Amino acid sequence: MSEVALSPRWAFWKGRASGVPAGARLMKQVKNIGLPFAGIIVFLIFWQGTANNINTSLGQFPGPVQVWEQSVNLYAEHKREREKEEAFYQRQEDRNAKKLEKNPDAKVKIRDYTGKATFFDQIVTSLYTVAFGFAIAAVIAVPLGIVCGLSDTLYRAINPVIQIFKPVSPLAWLPLVTMVVSALYVAENPMFEKSFLNSAFTVALCCLWPTVINTTVGVAGIDRDLVNVSRVIRLPAIKHVQKIVLPSAVPMIFTGLRLSLATGWMVLIAAEMLAQNPGLGKFIWDEFQNGSSDSLGRIMVAVVTIGLIGFILDKLMLMIQRKVSWDKSAVLR
Amino acid sequence: MNNYLDISGVGIEFNTESGPFRALQNINLKIDKGEFISLIGHSGCGKSTVLNIVAGLYHATEGGVILDGKEVDQPGPDRAVVFQNHALLPWLTVYENVGIGVKEVFRKSKTRAEMREWIEHNLELVHMDHALHKLPSEISGGMKQRVGIARALAMQPKVLLMDEPFGALDALTRAHLQDSLMEIQSDLNNTVIMITHDVDEAVLLSDRIVMMSNGPAATIGEILEVDLPRPRERLALAENAHYNHLRQQVLRFLYEKQKNPADRQKRGFSATSDKASEVSKLKRDEAA
Repeated sequence: MSEVALSPRWAFWKGRASGVPAGARLMKQVKNIGLPFAGIIVFLIFWQGTANNINTSLGQFPGPVQVWEQSVNLYAEHKREREKEEAFYQRQEDRNAKKLEKNPDAKVKIRDYTGKATFFDQIVTSLYTVAFGFAIAAVIAVPLGIVCGLSDTLYRAINPVIQIFKPVSPLAWLPLVTMVVSALYVAENPMFEKSFLNSAFTVALCCLWPTVINTTVGVAGIDRDLVNVSRVIRLPAIKHVQKIVLPSAVPMIFTGLRLSLATGWMVLIAAEMLAQNPGLGKFIWDEFQNGSSDSLGRIMVAVVTIGLIGFILDKLMLMIQRKVSWDKSAVLR
Repeated sequence: MNNYLDISGVGIEFNTESGPFRALQNINLKIDKGEFISLIGHSGCGKSTVLNIVAGLYHATEGGVILDGKEVDQPGPDRAVVFQNHALLPWLTVYENVGIGVKEVFRKSKTRAEMREWIEHNLELVHMDHALHKLPSEISGGMKQRVGIARALAMQPKVLLMDEPFGALDALTRAHLQDSLMEIQSDLNNTVIMITHDVDEAVLLSDRIVMMSNGPAATIGEILEVDLPRPRERLALAENAHYNHLRQQVLRFLYEKQKNPADRQKRGFSATSDKASEVSKLKRDEAA
């Protein structure tokens, strides 16, 4: 048979094995590692130079050096706080043990440690909150997007609402969310803090739209022929979604999810600052109010951390997309 | 007998932005069981529209289609379609692409093991049993179209609808696939409607060639009976006078009675397309 196909994957490996010249490989490494590294170095020098020339009422603007010092400080504080906490519980246990020695029937209790949340505690809180808000949004947005993509009628009905709520700033939602949560969430033994729910819902409200819109576009744009295949086979609706719609729309769904997560992470910091909910936003606000000579440096640490975490979150989504997507050869960026 | 598939008085009008557009008018065609019909005509004459109406993917504005005593009102596996660009699901393997149809059609009548055997049998028919677990992206265009044919055959359709099945393939691969199709057809004797714009293909494969006039409001122009004995041999036919006569009749319909609308617009330009060279060849043949 004259129809010989060389699979792209195979061709790729063959190209590797057949020996790319060493010089070319070196050039590639310079391009992949050297250039980004050089970019960062130049930026750091520029930053330090500019920072030295900016004086504020709280002292000089922090350069990379001060930021590094403050990161070390923040880590030391975190460790100190943890030691304090351990000691606190140890003391209670010792005291309780003594009490029980004297009187085996004595009632003993352990009080929770209520020390100050450290920078690292705030990071964890923020991550936890954004994950929760994002999860709520994804669970609503993906199915809604699929339904909108499948039914033109529904899309026309829902589209105006989406278009109106999409550009709303999270901070406009925040007071409403706060009031609604405090009115409706009145459990005896609350599983979640109210402040946590406020932030999470605000994040969710802003995360919804990019995913809804991209999923809709992805689903509506499925190859007509593939839809016709499904019609000829008479696939039931659920199987149609599962076998045809979802695999086709995966790239667009993930584009939406990544945009949503990035929006959610930005929104969260703002919401925490404004509402004094625990998290990185509150850390920044507290440092600002604190107004010590170290504050700007510490805020800058938070700024860099927020950027890094945002970057890592996006990479994480890309990894998941690579796992879920059928098209392993697609270039994801 | 002559009414296994009955297309009667079919016309269709599309709503476009510049008002209604009448694509087809008064299409009447009766097809026997086991007959191989080719639909041929210039691009844009509505061949695919006819096929889509039979498939149930489009609804005729007037008239209707009756298959084996039942009216066609929606798509279904009894009218399996082979699409021009194969339309395989890129995330499923060759085996799964055929399997997705088989699992729906024979859900109640076949066991799991019988289904597996049936899927493999159909892929053997098209000579693709060596690549069961490859993805469509890992096989060539011709192979993809073989799988597309296997998927349609595996649904055991009453009528097999092929929409320019070999149009996107190179000439050699196309010839291979035409031979395969004739081989399969001699075994299964399916009822087939195939759209093509390749005159040789139409004459080689068909029992009847249905030639369509140009749109708008396209309809059936002429029907040509191809009474060449089977099995047909590509090489032997090339020298066969009757084959060439039939071929000329199709060409004459296409290039004299129904001039290509695109050609009419660029009148005066020297013809360089292979269609034009076919016409000049035809003229030479006639002069000889």
